[in-house]
Amino acid sequence: MVIRTRRSLLQTALGGLGLLGAGLSGPLARAGLPAGTLASAVLDALAGKRPLLKRSYRPPNYESPVSYLNEVITPNDRFFVRWHLADIPTIDVASWRLSIGGDGASRPFELTLAQLQHEFEPVELTAVCQCAGNRRGLSDPHVPGVQWGNGAMGNARWKGARLKDLLARAGLAKEAVEIAFNGADGPVLEATPDFTKSIPAWKALDENTLVAYEMNGEPLPHWNGYPARIIVPGWTATYWMKQVVSIRALAQPLSSFWMNTAYRIPKGKFPVVDRFLSQESETTTPVTEILVNSLITNLEEGQRFRAGSAIVVQGLAWDGGAGLRRVEVSIDGGRSWQSAQFGADLGRYSARAWQYAFTPRARGRVAVAARASNAQGATQTEQLIFNPAGYYNNVIQPISLEVT
Amino acid sequence: MISAPAICSAVLIAAAPAGIARADEAALHLKDSPDAALVVSKCSICHSVDYIQSNAPFLKRAGWEAEVRKMVKVMGAPLDEAELARVVDYLTLQYGSDAP
Repeated sequence: MVIRTRRSLLQTALGGLGLLGAGLSGPLARAGLPAGTLASAVLDALAGKRPLLKRSYRPPNYESPVSYLNEVITPNDRFFVRWHLADIPTIDVASWRLSIGGDGASRPFELTLAQLQHEFEPVELTAVCQCAGNRRGLSDPHVPGVQWGNGAMGNARWKGARLKDLLARAGLAKEAVEIAFNGADGPVLEATPDFTKSIPAWKALDENTLVAYEMNGEPLPHWNGYPARIIVPGWTATYWMKQVVSIRALAQPLSSFWMNTAYRIPKGKFPVVDRFLSQESETTTPVTEILVNSLITNLEEGQRFRAGSAIVVQGLAWDGGAGLRRVEVSIDGGRSWQSAQFGADLGRYSARAWQYAFTPRARGRVAVAARASNAQGATQTEQLIFNPAGYYNNVIQPISLEVT
Repeated sequence: MISAPAICSAVLIAAAPAGIARADEAALHLKDSPDAALVVSKCSICHSVDYIQSNAPFLKRAGWEAEVRKMVKVMGAPLDEAELARVVDYLTLQYGSDAP
């Protein structure tokens, strides 16, 4: 196994994990991004954002450096950015309207932003927004797509109206099987499928599913969906439609490239609990809830420490809302595990901070890793569950420290 | 080296006023080869060419061909079969993992 002993800070900041190897002979291996991804990444600031790791300029796909995730709430200007299509309008709130209707709703209507804010009971909750393809770039073998490292995720307080309250006003019919969303963004070419998504009616009626107009107490940033986006707590961000302009109740499953072909996983391969039955095929099913996961956020690969001095390991853990049970830390490459200490509980859809301190006595390499598990008994995997689109990577990731 | 916006700005203005290239995209360069200009002119109608650079060098010819065919069939990229073959050749040779 090849071990790289030094890495530039820049490369670490760019999400460069370099070569493989936990540094010890434990069961865990550290995956790396493709060489071309490392070479083309730059820290670049979109308007209103701090520098993020640019994966593509157009459409803009930018991830948070891991250090930005060292706070349990991700500030708006550090929150990742993900768009599928390049025509992203600047929204004029005076003319923006949200229409609620569809063949599964008897009383279609429209809302201004002020009406959305004032005519429905506001609800605020904290939830992880994580791209289903977060960590795709760490797939082994690599698979095509946006080559995300660990930062296509963030945790924020979202305030908005309950989707179920909007649907009730629209006269939702019992026959509605899915609720479909469209945003103001669109494709460059007319021939390109517009980005539309749907969720099952039962998930749309969950009291935690929102049409949010605030993020961390502020209007949503343009890049994160101003003036309103769908919040589907516990589910991957593909359903969290940005710049939402249309909500439709459907008596038939949505037919859309982005539902029928994209964002699907092989059936039966992942420990998902939530099923999206109206969109299942013989062999594949849409991604649904976020898998239990964790991330060390305060340490960098190859970081140096002194023998005899305490090392504090801290990070985040999160899942799809079942409830975190524990985070364990290994300092021997995954052979043995000790419980970490949880920080404040901000709700079942929120990420939770944790930390673990230890004092290395001997010099040499220490392979540190974290592993979360939840109330359903699910935990992170040691080996990648390979799938061709690189979704649902919750592999335990070791970080090699040098004790001198 | 081929400068992406130098090649594609006319295309963008003609076909895609909505997808205006951002300033930093101007710094992107694809590897020099006679068909680089074709690749830039077609691919950057809809997206910056860092999609190509970052998805490298792990796709073999079949992988690049699948990507380009998806862009044509699903996303509506305007390439005829001959152009498609040239683009796949370029991507395989310059950004593939089984280049000779």
